[in-house]
Formats: sequence, C-alpha cells, structure tokens
Amino acid sequence: MPSIPILKSREAQIHTKGEKPFDMTCGKHSVAGSVSQRACVFCGSRVVLYPIADALHLIHGPIGCAAYTWDIRGALSSGPQLHRLSFSTDLRERDVIFGGEKKLEAALDELIDQYKPKAAFVYSTCIVGIIGDDVAAVCSKMQAKKGIPVLPVHSEGFKGTKKDGYKAACDALFKLVGKGSTEDVSPISINILGEFNIGGEAWLIKEYYERMGVQVVSVMTGDGRVDEIGKSHGAALNVVQCSGALTFLAEMMKEEYDTPYIRVSYIGIDDMAKSLYDVAARFPDNPEIMERTRKIVREEVEAILPELNGIRKDLEGKKAAIYVGGAFKAFSLIKALNYLGMKVVLVGSQTGNKEDYKTLQEMCDDGTIILDDANPLELSKYIIEKDADLFIGGVKERPIAFKMGIGFCDHNHERKIPLAGFRGMLAFAREVHTSVTSPVWQFCPARLGNKEE
Amino acid sequence: MLLRHTPTEIKERKALTVNPAKTCQPIGAMYASLGIHGCLPHSHGSQGCYAYHRSALTRHFKEPVVAATSAFTEGASVFGGQANLLQSIDNIFTVYNPDVIAVHTTCLSETIGDDIPQIVAKARADGKAPAGKYIIHANTPSYVGSHVTGYSNMVKAMVDYFATSTGAKTKAVNLIPGFVEPSDMAEIQRIAEVMGVPYIMFPDTSKVLNGPLTGKYKMFPEGGTTIEDLHMTGDSKGTIALGRTGAMAAARALDSKCKVPCEILDLPIGLQGTDAFVDKLRLMAGVNVPDVLNLERGQLVDCISDWHQYLYGKRVGVVGDPDQVLALTKFLVSLDMKPVHIVSGSPAGKKYVKALEEVVADIGEEVNIKVPGDMLLFHQWIKNDPVDLIIGNTYCKYIAKDEDIPMVRHGFPIYDRMGHSYFSTMGYRGAMRLMEQILGVLMDRQDRDATDITMELVM
Repeated sequence: MPSIPILKSREAQIHTKGEKPFDMTCGKHSVAGSVSQRACVFCGSRVVLYPIADALHLIHGPIGCAAYTWDIRGALSSGPQLHRLSFSTDLRERDVIFGGEKKLEAALDELIDQYKPKAAFVYSTCIVGIIGDDVAAVCSKMQAKKGIPVLPVHSEGFKGTKKDGYKAACDALFKLVGKGSTEDVSPISINILGEFNIGGEAWLIKEYYERMGVQVVSVMTGDGRVDEIGKSHGAALNVVQCSGALTFLAEMMKEEYDTPYIRVSYIGIDDMAKSLYDVAARFPDNPEIMERTRKIVREEVEAILPELNGIRKDLEGKKAAIYVGGAFKAFSLIKALNYLGMKVVLVGSQTGNKEDYKTLQEMCDDGTIILDDANPLELSKYIIEKDADLFIGGVKERPIAFKMGIGFCDHNHERKIPLAGFRGMLAFAREVHTSVTSPVWQFCPARLGNKEE
Repeated sequence: MLLRHTPTEIKERKALTVNPAKTCQPIGAMYASLGIHGCLPHSHGSQGCYAYHRSALTRHFKEPVVAATSAFTEGASVFGGQANLLQSIDNIFTVYNPDVIAVHTTCLSETIGDDIPQIVAKARADGKAPAGKYIIHANTPSYVGSHVTGYSNMVKAMVDYFATSTGAKTKAVNLIPGFVEPSDMAEIQRIAEVMGVPYIMFPDTSKVLNGPLTGKYKMFPEGGTTIEDLHMTGDSKGTIALGRTGAMAAARALDSKCKVPCEILDLPIGLQGTDAFVDKLRLMAGVNVPDVLNLERGQLVDCISDWHQYLYGKRVGVVGDPDQVLALTKFLVSLDMKPVHIVSGSPAGKKYVKALEEVVADIGEEVNIKVPGDMLLFHQWIKNDPVDLIIGNTYCKYIAKDEDIPMVRHGFPIYDRMGHSYFSTMGYRGAMRLMEQILGVLMDRQDRDATDITMELVM
C-alpha cells in the first residue's frame, strides 16, 4: 500500500499516542479543499431542534436545505409527527433579488393556521444571511398575530461550525423555557438534555429515571413537546448527555433559573450505570432513590450479561476505529468496545475540543491514532495501517469501511435501533458482532491478500 | 399514520413547498462530475451543502461519495470566496491529485457573485494548477431549477471545457444520459455495444457508483468517462441526448461548438421509448439491429401480452423528475394503465406539461398534472381520489403506507431498497424489470387481500 500523504496544514490535527508530547490542534475551520466529513451551522441547529414533534419547523431558503433534512434521522415521536414533514419557503431567483420576507410571512401564516402547532421554528439558511431578510422581525410579527411562540433560529450555514448551530438551537429553545406553569413539577425531577430519541433511546432512558422515582419534566429534544420545555425550569436538575450540544442551554438555565446540571453518557454499561448513580446522588434526602437505582442497574445488567459474554468471546482482540461527531460519545464507545474485548486503534471526532482530546489520549493505548476533522483518505490510510476490523461512524463512512472489507456500525443517523441504555449496549454488541463476524469478509480477495502478506 | 397532518382540502399555496419532490442544483452537478474518470467534485460554498449532498448520494448508492468544499466562513461570504477557492485548488492537487476538479457553485457563492473562471485563471497564473490537470465549472444556484438542472449544467460544462473538433470525424456516437442510475447508463451502453456502434457516453457513473468490493478504498474508482474521450466528443458523428431537462443542453452546446448534430429523445423507458432509441442509434451509426435485440424486444412484447390482463385499467400516481415522469407515463399508458395523478418537483416549462397532457389525453379520465408540484399535493390528490399503484422515490412510502396503496420505487432518491444501481429499468430488459416490479406489488396486494375462498395458486 503506497503511503497516502497528509495535508501539511492538517498534521497538527493528527496524533499518534506515545510518539511525542500531546498537543492537538482542533476547533478550527476545515481547510478549504479538504474532503472533511463535517457539516454546517444549519445542520447543527436542525438536528437539535428537529425532534420537537408538536412544533412547526420551517426552513427559510432554497429547497435543498429542507430536502436534505426531511426526516433525516429516526427521531421518533410518541404522538404528533409534524416534525417529520418538510416545510420550505423554496426561495427562487426573484426572492433572492427582492427579498424573501413576504414569502416567509405568507408561509408562516398558512402553516400555523393549517397545522396549529404549539410553536414554530424558522431556520435561516446561508442565502437568508446574504440577502439580509429580517427573519426576527417577521417572527415577532407572526408571534403577535398567531399567539404562539415563533422563534427565529439563526443558522446561516457559513456563520461558524456545526457547534455554532447547536448554540443557535439552544438560543431558540431557551425562549420556550419558563413559559409554562411548574405546578405539577416535583422537587425530585430532572430534564434530559441532548437526547434525540433515535430509535427510541429517550424512551429507554426516561423509563430508568421514572423507575428510580425521579420525574422527567422534559426531554430535550427527543420526542420533545413545547409545553414540557415550557415548564422545564421547574426541574431540580438538568442531565446533559454526550458532546454537549445542549450544554449551552444548561448554562443559560443555570444562569437564569439556578438549575444545576451534570454531564452524563448513556452509551455502554459503565457510563449508563454511572449516569443513573450520579443523578440518584443528587437527591441524598431520598436514599430510596439510590436503592432503587442499584436494583435497576443490577437487573438490567444481569439481563444482558449472558449474551454479552458470548459475543465477547468472538470479538476478543479485534481492532476498532471510531470516527464520530462529538468526542464525548467517543469516550463511551472506547469503554464499550473495551468491554467487548476490542482494542481501539483509531479515534477521531468532528467537533472535539482540547480537553476532549486530552481525555481521549489518556484513555487510549500507545500507538492509537487520534485525529480531529478527518477525511476519507486519512481514515482509509489508518484503517489499513492499523489493520482495523471494525469502523464506527456515520452515513458517509459506511461504504468506505465496506469497500475495505471491514465491519461497520452506524452510531449517528442511519440506524433504527437504540444503542443507548443497557438494552442499547446489547443491541450495539449484536450489531458489532454481526458486522465484524459476517461471512462476507471471507469473500473479499484483497483483504485475504493483506492478511497473507 | 405519519402523514396524518395531510389535509384533504386542497388550497393554492404560493409561498410554500411542503414535502418537496425535488432538491437543489449542486447535488446534480456533483453526481454528474462523478461520471468523469479521476474527477473530484468541488462545492464552492459552505460545508453543509456538500456534506448533505455526499450523505444523500451515499444513502442512495450505498457507495463512497467524495467531494471537496471551499468551506466558506463569514469572511468568505463578505469578502468573496476567491481566497478559499485558490486554497482549495492548491490543497486538492497537492493531496488528492485528481485529473479534474469540477467546481459547482451554491446559492451562497452565486449570490455574492464569485466569478469562477476568473478565480481559476488566477490559480493557473499562480501555478496552483499543474500542467495536464483540469478545472471545470458550472453555475448551479440552488434557487434556480432543481437537481436535474444542476446535472444538466455540469454535463454542459463537460462540453464547454473539453469537446474539441479536429476536423476529422470519427464513427462514434455521443450518448448523453439524463440524471439516471449507473445501471441505466450501463444498459444504454450495452445496447450500443450489441448493435456494434462505437460510442462515447458522458457522464458515465457506472462502475463509479456501483463498483466492486475489492478490499481497497479508491478515491477515484475505475469507471467514468476519460478526459481523452471527452475531448473526442467534438469529432463524433452525432449525439443522442436522452431526456430534455437532463441531457439536451449539453447536446445542443456540442452541436453549436463542434457541429456535431444531435437528436433529443425521451429516456428509453418502456417499449416505445427503447424502440425510438434503438432506431435513432441504427440510423445515426448506419447499422442493423442485431438478432439479440430483436429477441429482447420480442420477449418484452410477450411479457406485455401475458401480463396485460392484470395491468389494464389500473390507476397510478406518478411522481419524480421530469424526464423520468414523461417516459414512465408513456410506458404506463402503453400498458393500458391510467396515470391519473402526475407530479414533478422540478420546473420543466409549459412545453413539457403540454407533452405530458398529450400522453394521457386518451386514457378516458381526468388527469391531475402539476409541474412543479410537491408531495403534499400529490398526497392530497391520492387522498381525494385513490389509486391502485404509486410510482416514485422513497419518500412516497409514507403516502403508500398511510393510504395502503402498493408502491414501486423509482427515481431519486431511493434510500430504503437495494438494486436500483445494479438493475436498470431502461431498454427492453429494463422495461421487463419495471413491469415485474409493478406486477409484483399488485399481485402481492391481491394475495394479501384474498379471502380463503378467493385465494388462488395461479393468478
């Protein structure tokens, strides 16, 4: 295999643990001309707010932005399905020249009357930022006219990174917080933040908390409801999962409502259990909560352990590469893979910060490649060099892994099964096992050749 | 009941598209670019666009889709994207080393008015584009046309940049397919091959987006039209363009640039569509139709005669890209079926609508046609006046499920089924496959709904 050159300006974003002192460059814009796996501000906002099922999500811009995010991932709803439809002002050349405000207003007018949503989110796309539509003004006018919150989401694609999109989403969400009555909110209560109910994960997590005796006031934003978010300021604690898409909101709620928050992860047995214990520990006056939590963890782990151990026998010693959006997810995945007896040989993220990468390198063995904002060539280069058996990534990475003849697990959009929680860990193990041990790999000549060399 | 929110009452919507039956230009340009061998598509705009386009194409083809981006930031959107594109060109040739960079614009770079040829000229002058390497471009503002327009614009750019006329004509026929599957491109080539017609097809995504698993990741797969062939299109005997909205612009450009006469046909879907293509190819190349094609044609006619009894009178809703919808509708009418609700998301002009109206003029029913229209309207029509079959892309499955109507997936995108990139629905064989799919879902429905008394072994 001829060695693939690495872009000079990217060298500081790739690190091999143990080779030299660790200093990761990250959080910077992708280099122009690179085949980055990252997306834009709009994408960040859209994925965060999208699961609020009884809200209207109107995308102000040309059709593409709406078309590509039409039901883009399986964020499930137990009730309304309004979020899964695609609404767009479908800006045309004329609108770009003369402005799209009138069209936006007319669209909101029609949509709110038709669908009677609890709130409306209006996403600004690149073009709206350039032509200078006053989306906020249109929103406030329609809010006054229709009597529901109509919230501008400042998500012009070029105005930063996906992370800035998370921030824009949190700004919009924050305007809903505090709008409702907290009468029925118990002192033993939490909000679940940063859980998007892909494949029903929020339902699993919520059930654990409820079994513990903790009221879940709102889930933001999986299977989300506007009214629940409205009273979320009454909760005793915000529980923020994963890379912190919702940390911005937790910070704002702390500032405004004194709501404390903790960061958790629901991926893997250790982190899932720790998350529940951490929440239980926040209610020390009610020791029965901790007791119930221990019982839940014991029961849930016992239920999945026999099968997990069986799977582990097959996976012991196999090598995995991880490339995901948020670094926080990568932490949990390393632990989960280690639990399955696998060794992580590459780990990278799209949006990790210095702290995150420091933690990652502490968790990894010597020789592990750690990289920020990677591209397919780099990923394939290291997969070969490190002889990985499994790749964990998103939509765009799956066919790359398959072309190279190794297993794949989607830990992003394109899955229909929950990978969070205890049962999610079992589902994850099954998926990894299915893919890594698939008989198809024996028919892949080059990989056979590689092994024989 | 995912689409429980669809109201039955149809109102005129001026400011709003709900559940689009189209998407934007750049993805079409990206798809076309992938049909040039050794080409890296480049999106000149924000990172999100190309990330979405890569995701959408990856989901549809289940293949790696690479492209690069200018990764616009706020600075670029204020001061113009020249610096970004120059840096891109430099980085791309240094690291990925493609033969061609195919730049397409986005709504952002179009609106700020970046002049791509000027920027590329500067890159050349600065020595950032090595000798023997090409940079082509197409303007693809997202607020004009649709993904089909973007495809058409990039295919035309291939003519503008590469076609040259040496004065010595060859025997080759240029074949320009519309926005169709790699399998369709392969089938069109196969027909030309069995007829013994030397041809140049461009773009050609077969073996690029339906390639083999080899154990190696290749950024530039084996397939794709070579630059040499693209140069030679100017010397060809003639051009056949398949589809007015997807392929005509390039054919016309080649005619005016290199005096290569062109014929514009519908996509070769169905018996008549394929007949027209085969006949035109025969005349243009001066060859006879070989027995093997006559056999395939005869088999198709045989299938139609065998299956007609189950197809006739069945009412169909069709939604998709203009060229696909027109050719499909013709085929359905020829099978004695009744396409009664027809929507295309892409704008295609008054002539197009008139052509569609003519196709369905004699089916004996009122037909709803809306171009451009969206899937909400399509669903409303079906709610008010149900059909026996829906033909359209994956998003139609929500309508099909809610209304309990059999569905055949056709067009772009298809996310939830395999096979479309390997098995063509064009040519005589493709027509048989399409009929097989249609009959399959109709018969499955009949079996599902059959009582014990009416359940039959033989249909």
